[in-house]
Amino acid sequence: MTDQTVDIAAPQRNQWWDVWDQFKTHKGAVFGLMFLIFITLFCLLGPWLWGIDPGKLDIRNKNVRPIYMAIFDSGAKVSWARPMGTDNLGRDIMANIMQGGRISLAVGWTAMVLALLIGTTVGVLAGYFKRLDGLLMRFTDLVLALPLLPLLLVMMLLFRDPLRAAFGPEQGIFILIVTGIGITSWMQTARIVRGDVMALKEREFVLAARSIGTPARRMITRHLLPNVLSPIMVSATLGLATAIITESALSFLGLGFPSDFPTWGKILFDSVDRMTSFPERVIWPGLAISLTVLSVNYIGDGLRDALDPRIRGL
Amino acid sequence: MLTFTIRRLLLSIPTLLFIAFVIFMLLELAPGDPMAQMPLTIPPEVKEKMRLALGLGEPWWVRFPLWLKQFFIVEPQYWIDGIFGTNFADGAQRIISFQSRSPVFETIAQRMPQTLWVVGMSYVVGVLIALPIGIISAYKQYSVFDQTGTFVSMIGFSVPPFFSGVLLIVIFSVQLKWLPSIYDTTHQVTSWDTFLFQLKQMIMPVMVLALQTTAQVSRYMRASMLDNLGQDYVRTARAKGMTESVVVMKHVLRNSMIPVVTVIALGIPAIFGGAIITEQIFKVNGLGQLLIIALQGNDIPMVMTITFLLAVLIVMMNLIADILYGILDPRIRYD
Repeated sequence: MTDQTVDIAAPQRNQWWDVWDQFKTHKGAVFGLMFLIFITLFCLLGPWLWGIDPGKLDIRNKNVRPIYMAIFDSGAKVSWARPMGTDNLGRDIMANIMQGGRISLAVGWTAMVLALLIGTTVGVLAGYFKRLDGLLMRFTDLVLALPLLPLLLVMMLLFRDPLRAAFGPEQGIFILIVTGIGITSWMQTARIVRGDVMALKEREFVLAARSIGTPARRMITRHLLPNVLSPIMVSATLGLATAIITESALSFLGLGFPSDFPTWGKILFDSVDRMTSFPERVIWPGLAISLTVLSVNYIGDGLRDALDPRIRGL
Repeated sequence: MLTFTIRRLLLSIPTLLFIAFVIFMLLELAPGDPMAQMPLTIPPEVKEKMRLALGLGEPWWVRFPLWLKQFFIVEPQYWIDGIFGTNFADGAQRIISFQSRSPVFETIAQRMPQTLWVVGMSYVVGVLIALPIGIISAYKQYSVFDQTGTFVSMIGFSVPPFFSGVLLIVIFSVQLKWLPSIYDTTHQVTSWDTFLFQLKQMIMPVMVLALQTTAQVSRYMRASMLDNLGQDYVRTARAKGMTESVVVMKHVLRNSMIPVVTVIALGIPAIFGGAIITEQIFKVNGLGQLLIIALQGNDIPMVMTITFLLAVLIVMMNLIADILYGILDPRIRYD
């Protein structure tokens, strides 16, 4: 594992092009990336193109079935103006999925970034400074021993009202959920980063950098962080996937966003009571969550292969 | 090994105390009020008396040790009394739920079998499915089977239980009407027919939870097998003329099981957490549902106890995983 030969290729190339070339060979990852871009654009630009207010009640057009139901059942109530159907209050499901996707993706990305920040900081500090190592890792182990889902539920329930009062119903819950997920999912990143930093610290280039008097701050930012970027990126994809699932799970348990504020998990939760007559209302948001998470996981898989120099170029 | 076990057991005591403290302080600092659900017509002084009756009048440094004493001393005493008919507890105050006014542990004991049945069964099923999948995937790397296995486990990772469960209900209960969508916990198995019914109602929750387990464990099994299949000792074994089945099933499998066994042990607490959601979907009145109800009712003793029991489970499983690792792999020396 240590005998890495330095291969000086004739044309100088940015290493990220190599990574991209390797990434492209992973079919699942490319599909995943395409789907992630599609769903992001769908949620970002969709409401602007579609132009229907997700919260608008339209009782006359309630319980419209999705358009494909016309194939199975000619008497079904369908309308081209409502391709995914409407719910029991006549709200357009497609507009809701777009709006919900915005929130779900925003929560996922923010929580993931927060978790990465905490995890990387803890990991680098523990790996680089021996004095902090024992303390920080003992703390990480303690947090890992906490039952996270129940604690997250407790946090949601108990801090919902004060944060709502302080930042408004949407902002408050957003902050609460993002912080909750962020501070309960940084531990894996911290462990991985710590391990990698400790291994890097013993390498010659770090010794060389130290011998010319590089201060710790620059050592971390210039020499260590770029080298632990690949495990961080891989755990970023995992973090995004878990954050989206956790947010939906909280919404599903009725402890997420308020009810007039759609997220994918919330739409799913609201539709479960009527799933016997309108199964599509459960399936749309569920598919959105599952496919997004699946694509993110595939991207992570492809990234892991592409960033590993031992596999690359085979 | 023994000293390691003892040292780890001793170390887990401060860990558990810290966790209990974190959970307690989270509940304590939180602004939720157990009296919030009471009618507004109750006069303030009566409300104050009710608070005192719930034991909320004391400051936290009195209540936290009290809870610890009740959890670690009084409750085991009642437990021993219950088994041997002794009288150690001598009428000491137990942990009482705010909602039902009955001892927390009695409620937990009532809910435990349902959760254990569903969760335990699904874990066993999941692991039993996962191991062969992992072995074959690794042995025939990049084959159609491996690709399919990878895809299925990706789905297992990605589809959250609240969607896979709901999807199963839509397909098998609503459309096909084969399986009941609600888990009937009052059902008693007395005859072949009732046994079949029990089997039927368990299929869906077990499958939903098992999908997650299978996805995880089969990946670990595959990775671990792949690590070992490339080792020199495998080549030696083949060179000695051993049959392929002996090489794979004896030499490689045994070595590959070492990390997988620990992963299996470490996964047990996670599946209990996952059961919270599954129980909600299939309306199983197990521990997860109890926790949700207790949370919604601000039932602090109940929430505290269930959460802490889960923490105990996590710490114990970590310990067991470490010890197993030491027993199974002679290269690892803890002492």
